[in-house]
Amino acid sequence: MASITLDRLAHSYDPNPKTDADFALKEIDYEWEDGGAYALLGPSGCGKTTLLNIISGLLVPSKGHIKFDGKDVTHLQPEERNIAQVFQFPVIYDTMTVRQNLAFPLLNRRVPRDEITKRVADMIEVLDLADKADRKARRLTADEKQKISLGRGLVRYDVNAILFDEPLTVIDPHMKWQLRTKLKDLHRQLGHTMIYVTHDQTEALTFADKVVVMYEGEVVQIGTPEELFDEPAHTFVGYFIGSPGMNVLPCQINGKTAEIGSTKIELAREYNISGSNIELGIRPEFVSLSSDRAGIPVQIDAVENIGRFKIVRANLEGHSINAVLKEGESVPADPTFKFATDRINVYENSHLVRAGG
Amino acid sequence: MDKPYNNKAWFLVVPVFALVALSAIIPIMTVVNYSFQDTFGNNQFFWAGTEWFQDVLSSDRFWDALGRNFMFSVIILSIEIPLGIGIALTMPKKGIWVPVCLVTMALPLLIPWNVVGTIWQIFGRADIGLLGYSLDQLGVNYNYASNIFDAWATIILMDVWHWTSLVVLLCYAGLVSIPEAYYQAAKIDGASRWSVFRYIQLPKIRGVLIIAFLLRFMDSFMIYTEPFVLTGGGPGNSTTFMSIDLVKQAIGQFDLGPAAAMSLVYQLIVLSVCYVFFTVMSNVGVDKPDARVED
Repeated sequence: MASITLDRLAHSYDPNPKTDADFALKEIDYEWEDGGAYALLGPSGCGKTTLLNIISGLLVPSKGHIKFDGKDVTHLQPEERNIAQVFQFPVIYDTMTVRQNLAFPLLNRRVPRDEITKRVADMIEVLDLADKADRKARRLTADEKQKISLGRGLVRYDVNAILFDEPLTVIDPHMKWQLRTKLKDLHRQLGHTMIYVTHDQTEALTFADKVVVMYEGEVVQIGTPEELFDEPAHTFVGYFIGSPGMNVLPCQINGKTAEIGSTKIELAREYNISGSNIELGIRPEFVSLSSDRAGIPVQIDAVENIGRFKIVRANLEGHSINAVLKEGESVPADPTFKFATDRINVYENSHLVRAGG
Repeated sequence: MDKPYNNKAWFLVVPVFALVALSAIIPIMTVVNYSFQDTFGNNQFFWAGTEWFQDVLSSDRFWDALGRNFMFSVIILSIEIPLGIGIALTMPKKGIWVPVCLVTMALPLLIPWNVVGTIWQIFGRADIGLLGYSLDQLGVNYNYASNIFDAWATIILMDVWHWTSLVVLLCYAGLVSIPEAYYQAAKIDGASRWSVFRYIQLPKIRGVLIIAFLLRFMDSFMIYTEPFVLTGGGPGNSTTFMSIDLVKQAIGQFDLGPAAAMSLVYQLIVLSVCYVFFTVMSNVGVDKPDARVED
C-alpha cells in the first residue's frame, strides 16, 4: 500500500506537442493518499485511461513524475511497480481452476507453498467463491470471473494500489450493484489504495471517497461526492454529475443581482466580476415551484415522471431549465420558479467563482 | 408442442440431396459394389462376399503401406505442429511487416502438389539440383532414388516446407485474437514467458490447433502426388503409401475388387482416427463435473 504522487504530470501521444490541445492529459499535480478509494470520472476520451495507464506503468508520461510513497517510479515496468489491475473484460486463465488462478501470481513470486495455500483459501472466503473453488475458471459467470481477476491482485497483500479500468462494463445490471458493494467492503477490510476509472457517475459516487472529474484531458475537480454535488468547480462537473444535471444559464452579474435577460435573480453575496462569459448554475433539486407572482416567470414545456420524483422541463428567457418535484408535489396552476439563493453558483469562463472572487 | 407439420417442406431439401448423391453417395456406392463382386470382363459381375476384404487385410503389402502412412503422419505432425506454433509466435502482431510475413507464409500453399513434387525432384538431383549438388560437394552421399533414408528425408522435408505455413497461419489467426489485456494482466501477475504461452496462448489457440492437427493428419495420411512424382513409391516399396499402392492395384493391375475393398478400409481408418483425435483433443482440459485439480 502506498500513497501516489502525481508530480506535474502531463502526457501527449504526439512526440512534439506544441499547443495545449496536443495533450491528452493536461498537467496535473496531486497526491493520492495511502488507502484511499478514488474514482476517475469523465466521458470517453477525457484522458482518464491515459492517466490510469501512466499509474500502472503501461505508459511513460511525456512530462512530470509519478511517485509511490515518495519513490520515483516513472520509468518502472508494470511488474516492478507492484500494482494490481482489473480490466474492462475479465481476464482469467481458462485452463486453471479458481484456486489455481488465485495462486498464480504468488507462485510466480515464489511465495512458500503453505503460505500460498493459506492466502488463497482466505481469498476464496472473502470473495464468496468457496463452492466454486475447484471448478475451471472459464465456466464461471462474468461477475465471478471479474471477482477472480480482482482476487489475483488482492492475494498479494503488499500491492501498492489496485487499479480498475471500467470493471463493471460486462456485468449484468443486477450484479453490478452487488459487485460494487463487495468492492467497497473489500476496501474497508483490506485498506488498499484503489483507483477506479469509470464514465458512470453512480459507480464513481458510490465507490469513491474522492472523485476526480476529468474533461478534455484536464482534471476539473477533485472532491468528495458532496462537494461535487454542492459546489461543482466547473460547469461540466455540474452538468455531468446529477440527474438531471445542473441548470447552467448565461447571465450578467450586477453586484448582488444576476440578470438573465430581463429576469433579475438575487444572489447570496456580492460578486465583483465583469467578464463576458458569466454563467449561473443551480441544481434542479434547488429549484422549487410555486404560484407566487413574485417568482421567476417560466413557461413549462413538459413534466416527466421518473418514479420517485418528477422533472419539470421549462423555458426561461429562451434557456431551458429543469426543476425537480418531489413525490406527492404537483405542478401548481400558472407556476413560477424560485431558486434557493444559497445554492446558486456563479461561473466565469466555465470555472466556479469562489468567495472573494 | 404444436408445431405445424408440412411434408411439402421435404421438397426444399431435394436439390441438396441430389447434389450430395451425385458428388458423394453414388461414387461411394460404385466402390462398394466393386468391393463385394468379381468380374471377368464383359460387364459380368459375380458376388464375391467379403473375399476381397479378407485378401486385403491378410496381405503384408497392405499392412506395410499402412505402417508407412502412420509413420509419415506421425513424423510430419510432430515437426509441423510445434514448428508452426513457434513461427506464429515470432511473427509481428501489427505494423507494416504483417502483410509481408503473411504473404511469404502463404506462398508455398499456393503451389500445386505435383509442382511441389517436381520442384523437389529437381532440387534434390546431384547433377543439376541446388540441394543435391551442394550435398554432393560437401561429401554427403545423397540420393533419394536409391537410398531409403534419403527418400524419406526428402519427402518429409518437402511436406514440412509445403504445409507448415498452414499451421502457422491458423495459429497466427488464433494468437492475434487474444485481447491485449491478457498480456498486461500476465505481466502484472509476474508470469514468465513460458507461463504466458502455457496458460494464455496455448489455451486460446486450442480450437484452431485442433483444426490444424486434423487437416494435416488427413492430408498427410492421404498423401499421393508428391511421393508419386518424386520417387514413384521407391526405392523398392519404401515410399509406397496406401494411396500409391491403391492406384497401382486399381489402374496398374486393374484389380478393381481388391482396390475397392482397400479404399473402403482406407477411408474407414481415416474417419475413425480423425474421430478419435477430435474427441480426445476437444476433451483435453475440459471441466468434468467431479474433476479435481489435475494440472
